[in-house]
Amino acid sequence: MLNKNIYLILIISLVFAISFWVGFNVNLLPAEASINAPIYDELFKILFIIGLIIFIGMTIAVIYSLFKFRKRNDQIGDGIALEGNLSLEIVWTIIPSIIVLLIGLYSYNIYDRMGGMKELNHNHEMMSSNTEKIWAGISQTSDNEIAINNLSIEVSAMQFAFLFNYPKGNFISGELHVPVDQKVSMKMESKDVIHAFWVPEFRIKQDIIPGQPTILNFTPTKVGKYPIICAELCGPYHGGMRASIIVEEESDYNEWFNKNKKTEVNL
Amino acid sequence: MTTLDSSKEIQKNNSEANETHEDFRMFGLITFLIADGMTFAGFFAAYLTYKAVNPLPDGAIYELELPIPTLNTILLLVSSATFHKAGKALLKDENSESQKWLFFTAFLGFIFLICQLFEYFHLPFGLTDNLFASTFYALTGFHGLHVTLGTLMILIIAWQSRIKGGRLTSQNMFPLEAVELYWHFVDGIWVILFIILYLL
Amino acid sequence: MTISIEPQKTNNESLQPKGWLRYFSFSLDHKVIGIQYLVCGFLFYLIGGTLASAIRIELASPMSDFMPRDVYNQVLTLHGTIMIFLWIVPVVNGAFGNYLIPFYVGARDMAFPRLNAVAFWLIPPSGLMLVASYFVDGAAQAGWTAYPPLSITTPHSGQIIWILSVLLLGGSSIFGGINFIATIIKLRRPGLKLMQLPMYCWAMLGTSLLVVLSTPVLAGTLILLSFDIIANTGFFNPVLGGNVVVYQHLFWFYSHPAVYIMVLPAFGLVSEILPVHARKPLFGYTTMVFSIMGIVVLGLVVWAHHMFTSGTPPWMRLFFTIATAFIAVPTGIKFFNWVATLWGGKISINSAILFSCGFIINFVFGGITGVALAQVPFDIHVHDTYFVVAHFHYIVYGGTVFIIFSSIYHWFPKVTGKMLNEKLGILHFIVTFIGFNLCFAPQHWLGLNGMPRRVAEYDPQFQFVNQISSLGALLMAISTIPFLINVFLSVRNGKDAGDNPWNALTPEWLTSSPPPVENWEGEAPLVEEPYGYGKEISEQK
Repeated sequence: MLNKNIYLILIISLVFAISFWVGFNVNLLPAEASINAPIYDELFKILFIIGLIIFIGMTIAVIYSLFKFRKRNDQIGDGIALEGNLSLEIVWTIIPSIIVLLIGLYSYNIYDRMGGMKELNHNHEMMSSNTEKIWAGISQTSDNEIAINNLSIEVSAMQFAFLFNYPKGNFISGELHVPVDQKVSMKMESKDVIHAFWVPEFRIKQDIIPGQPTILNFTPTKVGKYPIICAELCGPYHGGMRASIIVEEESDYNEWFNKNKKTEVNL
Repeated sequence: MTTLDSSKEIQKNNSEANETHEDFRMFGLITFLIADGMTFAGFFAAYLTYKAVNPLPDGAIYELELPIPTLNTILLLVSSATFHKAGKALLKDENSESQKWLFFTAFLGFIFLICQLFEYFHLPFGLTDNLFASTFYALTGFHGLHVTLGTLMILIIAWQSRIKGGRLTSQNMFPLEAVELYWHFVDGIWVILFIILYLL
Repeated sequence: MTISIEPQKTNNESLQPKGWLRYFSFSLDHKVIGIQYLVCGFLFYLIGGTLASAIRIELASPMSDFMPRDVYNQVLTLHGTIMIFLWIVPVVNGAFGNYLIPFYVGARDMAFPRLNAVAFWLIPPSGLMLVASYFVDGAAQAGWTAYPPLSITTPHSGQIIWILSVLLLGGSSIFGGINFIATIIKLRRPGLKLMQLPMYCWAMLGTSLLVVLSTPVLAGTLILLSFDIIANTGFFNPVLGGNVVVYQHLFWFYSHPAVYIMVLPAFGLVSEILPVHARKPLFGYTTMVFSIMGIVVLGLVVWAHHMFTSGTPPWMRLFFTIATAFIAVPTGIKFFNWVATLWGGKISINSAILFSCGFIINFVFGGITGVALAQVPFDIHVHDTYFVVAHFHYIVYGGTVFIIFSSIYHWFPKVTGKMLNEKLGILHFIVTFIGFNLCFAPQHWLGLNGMPRRVAEYDPQFQFVNQISSLGALLMAISTIPFLINVFLSVRNGKDAGDNPWNALTPEWLTSSPPPVENWEGEAPLVEEPYGYGKEISEQK
């Protein structure tokens, strides 16, 4: 009996050790290039570790039962007539409930840190009229903060391209250029069907819906060129509907911005 | 309400006890009506959502005239009562009386449909004019389809109740009870529809 | 109502065609209808599988080179629609439900045999119509979700045929649901209490409630969508002032419960299979019943977790996150109970138990990614990517389809009186299990790293992983070969099974195999303990 318990504890600690090691050392995610990304990866790591513990544990339990309790050739008759165990049932109702609740609260916290819980229906600087309804997206900044910088971009999506309008410079670009470490605010609207704006390295995605503008705010943290991917089936060339976001140093960005100001190139 | 001929009952009890069941046909019908009600629930939900989040373009708000739909509401409520009368008459084996009430109920249903069509022809908007118009026609049209079906079914059972001891008797009330339940259901939906569409 | 009527039994036996011909007739026998559902569903599974292979061939290279882009979209739409509406839903509900439920409640047939036959015969025409739409003017190409405005702007004929076909299949499913509820509640043999029913009855009761409550909403939605397409109304057309998100709400109000319509019956079936082969009572019967009902209730209020990026308001996201995550609790209870059922048993290792255990492992994996997907911030990154594709294939293929195969191995002797070949069965399991995991496990990584779903072309950096996935798909396609050989050989010259080869206690085994037309020669047996293994009662048998 004592032996059995020791084995059990050994196996459980091994499962935990493996799960934690894998969770911290195996990186399944692309580069982190926005302030959202590390927050997201924190949540991912936790979910990954909990998931691994449960998955490995259940798999071991199933395979172990198949080996240990398999019917040997010389055996006849049935297993023990065990119909249930109330305390066990209570344990595996309450513990998962607590885990699920904690995960839920934690992810709410993560979501709040990512800016998802911000109310977006205030009077928005970019909106053409104050009554226009903005549908929720992700917003890290309050509206006043956006008003003071240049980085309000209007995104329009159509089959099968994204266009980025820089109202402050009065030009439209096919590539999204943004300076590193500055908050960017985008108002997005579709001209035909539903599209989605997804940058995997930023861990953000928002549908672009015809007739209903959506908001997406983010802050890039790493210089580089990242793909913008349409993630909502939008027609035959859906797979080819991509654009690039170029995150550059502020001086490079200003140079690019001034070069394009009031002229329509890059289209 | 009624029991089978007692000799039949005993005979069956003798043959196989577990072959006797409560009449579950009504149960099946109720399940079906719940499903049907969910279709309406979906429409109502869509209508209310549109009303809440999709403002109509300027100048597109139509006030609905109330007299005809109010008349229609009364028609349907009265028809529910007359249907009930028909059932009571049949229970007393008064077939011709029952048939009279059934025809009257069908007639009320028919008037309802005529009024509905009259309203359609005199509305200031068409099916594709705006979101409100489309939802209005979808809801009332889908309900009107139910009324049409109900009227046809009432006519069928009225036909069946013409002879004493025919297909519809006090011993076999099920067809009448089923159509009656359906008719009350269509009635109830209309009342909800009237409140949501015309009064809200 | 106290009126007593005879259960509407199968018609005069002599009027029904005999032999194999009866499978092509408007038979009212629930066993014939069950087999009709199964075989019809399997034929559509082969069609859907062929389409899946075409998708995997296209995705073996990053360029769109195997088929034209619009055909690719048609293929993925048909694949989704066929697999859901013509294979999984009809088979786990219609096929096994029709075959087993009357036995389990001790009846000679379903409550409404005619309605039952109508429900089945709606399926082949609507399925053929759907497949044929490809040859008319191209099939629907807006995905199985048919999101407007895309579904309004793509060629109309294909989309309209798609709507019509899904409406008919939805109708079939509602008729089936009404029948199951009436049979389980009203047609029970006298003396048989609800809490003595085998677990599959409870699963089917829950599933049928979901069918009856949610499928009509889909029907209404599709009718509105068809108005938008045909009559130029603007319900979901933003150009005419419509609202595309309303469609998504209404659609997912059905289509999320649809997931439970696909997995709850599988939960029921595995609860029948495990105790028989483990020779142990089902662990925690009462909690299993409550967890099914918990899943039903929660399943109806979680739909918007498919719409976390659709511009839903924050409070809605929060509510649906918590509600969705809590489904893991009743589901988890079921899995712990199944492992506890295996624990301490005397398990015969055969194809049925292997597929069931494969189901547990795959489903736990899919369930864990499901809890992760329920979290809004997590979902925002992976929504509409291959991560989601991998997740739901772990649920519906790794979960439900594994159980369909497990059930076929388990009940084949009941239906035919012949045993299936175990060696071929185990080969089938091994190839399927390896192929399935090889195909779908890598797709999680693809989704996390930037491959959206429903694309014909992708970033070349994903080519290697996609090829692994395609290799897995090839193995899955190959795995059906030993299965088909096994079935055809065993139907002809399989080992004789006898009436009860597994020594099972559930009522369907207490009659001859194959069963007589009205299920029992005499009175239906009263089975008070369908899982009484290891007790006195089982020694008497």
